[in-house]
Amino acid sequence: MSLRNHQSLRANMTGYAFISPFIVGFLAFTLIPMFISLYLSFTTYNLFTPPKWIGLGNFEKMFTGDPKYWNSIRVTFTYVLVGVPLRLIFALFVAMILNTKSRMVGTYRTMYYLPSIIGGSVAVSIMWRNIFSNDGIVNSLLSALGATPVKWFGDPNASLTMLITLSVWQFGSSMLIFLAGLKNISVEMYEASSVDGASPVRKFFSITLPLLSPIILFNLIMQTISAFMTFVPAYVISKGEGGPMDGTMLHSLYLFRQAFMFSNMGYAAAMAWVMLIMIAILTAILFLTSRYWVFYETEKGR
Amino acid sequence: MAWKTFKWPIYHILVAALALLMLYPVFWMLFSSFKESRTIFVTADSLFPTEWIWQNYVTGWKGTSGYSFGTYILNSLTIVVIATIGAVISSSLIAFGFARLKFKGRNFWFALMMMTLMLPGDVVLVPQYIIFTKLGWVNTILPLVVPSFFGMPFFIFLMVQFIRTIPAELDEAATIDGCGKFRLYFRIILPLLKSSLATAAIFSFYWKWEDLLGPVLYLNSPEKYTVSIALKMFLDSESASNWGGMFAMSILSLVPVIAVFFAFQKQIVEGMSTSGLKG
Repeated sequence: MSLRNHQSLRANMTGYAFISPFIVGFLAFTLIPMFISLYLSFTTYNLFTPPKWIGLGNFEKMFTGDPKYWNSIRVTFTYVLVGVPLRLIFALFVAMILNTKSRMVGTYRTMYYLPSIIGGSVAVSIMWRNIFSNDGIVNSLLSALGATPVKWFGDPNASLTMLITLSVWQFGSSMLIFLAGLKNISVEMYEASSVDGASPVRKFFSITLPLLSPIILFNLIMQTISAFMTFVPAYVISKGEGGPMDGTMLHSLYLFRQAFMFSNMGYAAAMAWVMLIMIAILTAILFLTSRYWVFYETEKGR
Repeated sequence: MAWKTFKWPIYHILVAALALLMLYPVFWMLFSSFKESRTIFVTADSLFPTEWIWQNYVTGWKGTSGYSFGTYILNSLTIVVIATIGAVISSSLIAFGFARLKFKGRNFWFALMMMTLMLPGDVVLVPQYIIFTKLGWVNTILPLVVPSFFGMPFFIFLMVQFIRTIPAELDEAATIDGCGKFRLYFRIILPLLKSSLATAAIFSFYWKWEDLLGPVLYLNSPEKYTVSIALKMFLDSESASNWGGMFAMSILSLVPVIAVFFAFQKQIVEGMSTSGLKG
């Protein structure tokens, strides 16, 4: 009996020894910071004088006294709610046209994925800024087509459109995940439905989409979270200002400015917590509604 | 019947055309780096330069604040290499613990790890900055590399998934031969884990090389700047309108990224499509 206890103690200790870096890191870089940030959200703190408790003051200011905050929420939600679906639709479309047995598919896959691999870099944001500059290629193209060139850096909506286009352009990782999912759908399904005389549109809606729905959910959640956190392109394209007229003031950028340019650490912490709660609610909604639209093949027999 | 004959050529033309459209911005940047600064926007609609200017790479290399791009590249490489080594070693240890060892609370910690995977970084941004400031780590590379040594959830998850596909009989045989847990990890599992380690290393390279927020927050003397900040500074000092130099250095900053991509293409694409998260 005691030998057994001794053995299980040993096994537990070995286990914890292996995962100890994670535990230490989790405490030091996640859990303790989260408590600090929760505490700071009820204070004003500028890094130099001790935090001053102001209760719900930050939240009050956020919701009633800071139009710039509301603007950043509006801009971020527009960016996420327009950008993510567009990105996923495009990713699925490309995945479907690449789901063939052609020998060139590998090369195409590489070509379509390349923009995403360089997408996070400052270089690409700089390029994007210049492509859309007033005398850039996009405006040249618009004039050539007879349309009026757009002042991308004068109109807040136009500059947000520019940011969204950049995010859609980097559809590659979702595309690869969709492609893996499409490969798992058995050819027999499609053949059987062909025999039944189903049209391609019908096949897409009654076979492809339902069988792909778990992957759509996965992509939707991951892409939504990462879209909410977008920082680099907004920061680089607007040169850190979030302009014009706060048109590219994504939440992360506004938080960064509050914390590190205006030294409102407490306010920034409060913003982060509200955003965390909003993302959690949105993710929960996606999960909860998923039972109505996500189809798991294994459940069929039940 | 005609459709049957033309189906494939038409498919290839359309798919290749769309692919080229996707890559057009990259080509535009590449060829702009060989144009004379003044002509880049006048000739924005023509892809190829009329005259190839290599000088852009020379002027760009000089950088913007007295340090050459060589310094910035070296700084970036230092951070990338240290962080990647830390991330790969620690993540593989942790993953082995989760995938192969039985202990009380394993599922709890694993669930916790999966949750941190989905935790938006903004929540810990401010307190982490405060902690690193109090530790006196500002203007050193420590805040940028030390956290990597405590395991990266995404890599741990990737490796756990992989280790689970390795037959448990291997462990049993090794244990009977008197192999301890650490030797089991080091001698048996680690060599089999090569492809996951490579995937993790590649992604770590990308994230660190492209990271802007970390260096902007923690590095404040120009001789410590990374490539990302250096490029950002180019944009800020555009009054000098050295567009050519800026594009040249942008291209240069992408060379390692693209080189790694082509060298490990298969690994990246597979790592991405089997368990990919990052977009």
